[in-house]
Amino acid sequence: MAKDDTTDDRSLRKARFAPYLMTLPGLLCLYLFFLVPLVTLLKIALSVRKESGSSDVDFQWKWSNFSTAFTDFGPHLERAFIYAAIATVVCVVVAYPIAYFIAFKAGRWANLLLGLVMVPFFTSFLLRTIAWQSLFADDGPVLGIIDSLGLLGATDAIRLTTNGKIMNTPPAVIGGLIYNFMPFALLPIYVSLEKVQVGLIDAASDLYSSFSRTFRSVILPLSMPGVVAGTLLTFIPASGDFINNELLGNAAREPVIGGVIQSRFLDAGDFPTASAISLVLMVLITAAVLIYAKFLGTEDLA
Amino acid sequence: MTATTTKPMSSTSSPGRPRRAWGTIVLWIVAIGGFVYLFIPLVTIAVFTFNDPETKFNTSWQGFTFDNWLHPFKDKAFTDALLVSVEVAMVACIIATILGSLMAMAMARYKMHGGAAMNLLIVLPLTTPEIVMGSSLFTLFFNLGVDRGFWTVVIAHTLFCLSFVAMTVKARVRGLDWSLEDAAADLGSTPARTFWQITVPMIIPGVLAAFLLSLALSIDDYIITSFVAGPTITFPRRIFDSARIALPPQVHVLATIIMLVAIAIIVIGTIAGNRREAQNR
Repeated sequence: MAKDDTTDDRSLRKARFAPYLMTLPGLLCLYLFFLVPLVTLLKIALSVRKESGSSDVDFQWKWSNFSTAFTDFGPHLERAFIYAAIATVVCVVVAYPIAYFIAFKAGRWANLLLGLVMVPFFTSFLLRTIAWQSLFADDGPVLGIIDSLGLLGATDAIRLTTNGKIMNTPPAVIGGLIYNFMPFALLPIYVSLEKVQVGLIDAASDLYSSFSRTFRSVILPLSMPGVVAGTLLTFIPASGDFINNELLGNAAREPVIGGVIQSRFLDAGDFPTASAISLVLMVLITAAVLIYAKFLGTEDLA
Repeated sequence: MTATTTKPMSSTSSPGRPRRAWGTIVLWIVAIGGFVYLFIPLVTIAVFTFNDPETKFNTSWQGFTFDNWLHPFKDKAFTDALLVSVEVAMVACIIATILGSLMAMAMARYKMHGGAAMNLLIVLPLTTPEIVMGSSLFTLFFNLGVDRGFWTVVIAHTLFCLSFVAMTVKARVRGLDWSLEDAAADLGSTPARTFWQITVPMIIPGVLAAFLLSLALSIDDYIITSFVAGPTITFPRRIFDSARIALPPQVHVLATIIMLVAIAIIVIGTIAGNRREAQNR
């Protein structure tokens, strides 16, 4: 059997000079272009604009920028988090059986199927989203199928469609998010399922465990790290995303927080407010991640 | 050599357990449905390369034509933007792959002081929303008075690819058998020769995979790029800016070409891998 993570520590050599030298350029990069910018972001978030309309700022320890960000943009934050949460749940629930299939049923085609899961990554994110414009269009195939099944009334009732349309409504945005982030949920779940030894499953069934019981007490717990990683890898980018809202939703009437941040920076030139919103988003996401990780009792976030 | 192992087919179809048969059928249906779902938009993109749009938007079907495939580079604005994206991706991903692989190798093989902190610093950019990374880099360049353009895009892309490469390579090299290096040294190999003949062949599949995926990440990035690009127009930026004005079918052709190349690499890679495994058995 290959060495797994737990035996690693003993086999590690003590570092002398070379390994530190190997990590130095990378760490310097991360320090200069990840940590320092976050500090700058905080600094700008605590500044005020010199005069309205100008992009120059004065640093003043203005903590009230944060409370303003919260009160003025609460609905946008809430909308982004609701979209992201729904998309994440659907992604994980749908991705799990597919990952399970690849891990346990695909045999030697597993690598090919995994590769196919990655193919969307090699096609423009924006074009994939624009393709959904065609699919969700008023005369497009999705509504066509729902209509021919006579279900438009039912989908209207559960608000999946609005007056027989999908485009420019929240379900279209969430649909786009689900599609675009599905591989991020699927890949980590697959990785953890792949590590589950078939012997354990066979042992459980030899001992007369029903499949549902084997699943609940053997497979699911062992694949939990993958589920956690998949959830985070979906939820984090989805909550900051504004492309799906911009291309599939009604961004003018129902903006999400990511779009607000971008337009405040690039169109309005209101850097202090934009920086404050950006940091609020980051803090809220970090808090959500920590609560979630604690709730599930795992620290294996990577 | 790599960590992938083909699992024996599990004993789901064993006699005497008919209850699981329908479960397997449901699983097949879900899996096939899932793959169909993943490919529907990609097929849509490919189909629209044959569209002959009467309006400026290539989003609703008007008529069939081969014209777009005969002139894939007709729309210069998009071709130029794609070239910029490829240039950025090559520079950023080569730097990121070298620096990231070095970090991954050091961390996977040596016990280092501050290893946990290092790990955290590498993971953080991956768990930070793009919008936050983009805006923080924006404030940095604004604060320093740096003009945004090609090189600021390269810096941003290097950064997010660096973390990605380091994590991916680290996961891949963790299970490798480093005693082979000692064996080579014991047999009188020089360190340089050991490196080129033992170490490099061991790590190269993981490094290459990370490089290819980081290329995909870089070429496709819109959010971070929009903050740091200034006047530099990358392929995703051009698409996004055009999405509400005009979207010529040539864009779909360019994207389809990239997609087909990726599929070809994956299929050939899998077949070659399966054949190698069959030979080793």
